[in-house]
Amino acid sequence: MTIGLSHYLTVAAILFTIGIFGIFLNRKNVIVILMSIELMLLAVNINFVAFSSFHGDLVGQVFTLIVLTVAAAEAAIGLAIIVVYFRNRGTIDVAEIDLLKG
Amino acid sequence: MMLSALFFYLFAIMCVGAGFMVIAAKNPVHAVLYLILAFFNAAGLFVLLGAEFLAMILVVVYVGAVLVLFLFVVMMLDVDFAELRAGFLKYLPVGAVVGLLLLVELIFVVGAWLTAPELVSDVPTPPAAEVSNTQALGEILYTRYVYLFEGAGLILLVAMIGAIVLTLHHKSDVRRQSIAAQVGRTREMSVEVVEVETGRGLK
Repeated sequence: MTIGLSHYLTVAAILFTIGIFGIFLNRKNVIVILMSIELMLLAVNINFVAFSSFHGDLVGQVFTLIVLTVAAAEAAIGLAIIVVYFRNRGTIDVAEIDLLKG
Repeated sequence: MMLSALFFYLFAIMCVGAGFMVIAAKNPVHAVLYLILAFFNAAGLFVLLGAEFLAMILVVVYVGAVLVLFLFVVMMLDVDFAELRAGFLKYLPVGAVVGLLLLVELIFVVGAWLTAPELVSDVPTPPAAEVSNTQALGEILYTRYVYLFEGAGLILLVAMIGAIVLTLHHKSDVRRQSIAAQVGRTREMSVEVVEVETGRGLK
């Protein structure tokens, strides 16, 4: 019972699907959508680290580090926008974010 | 070998279960806490893969900073989260269909992919017995990928400034210290020399 690369890829695939599923289920709540994006990024990171480890190539881990940085920046900016939006409009319902009439 | 397989299944099942609870939890505070659990278990998977440095980064930076930020924001906003879940069941079928399709596709890919035979490792991992993962990562991150590393630092700087600029706001009814006005005061603005005649006093 050895754990191969496909085991890790399967876990990452399931996590990524859960992230997509979360965006569909919680269409109104921006915070849960952001958390779903975090889950998907985590799945991508698991893929990178698994490939890096099984192919013996460190570049995958460097890339994971960059993905983590961008994810942290995205979370900080996203949450700041949510706070400002809530302060101005009093709601974070995605369906009501339609000021630009797009 | 047996033990590592056991731990893999433990971490994987906990990670997937916690990930599912993130999107299924009624209370968003619970969702954030489940997300923290998922990240801890993913860190466990990273340790099993031999990427200790990234596992620690995941725990320290991700759980310690980003998810705590999420927790702050969820607790700060006074939102009726029950109302936001109103369409939950309406979106369930389409979400389930899309999710299942994607999962099936991904699992087909996982089952059938091949590594190109001419693939050569660009930066081979040094043997773990000689160089630790952290040192090996540092040796290429600060030499070959130093521009990437500095770019990441710039992204974080921009994110930090952006978050501060976005959320900083001044209430108009609060009196604040104006340092520029204080420093800009001259002697003429605040001191007046008056000749006072004896016995008369000031007008």
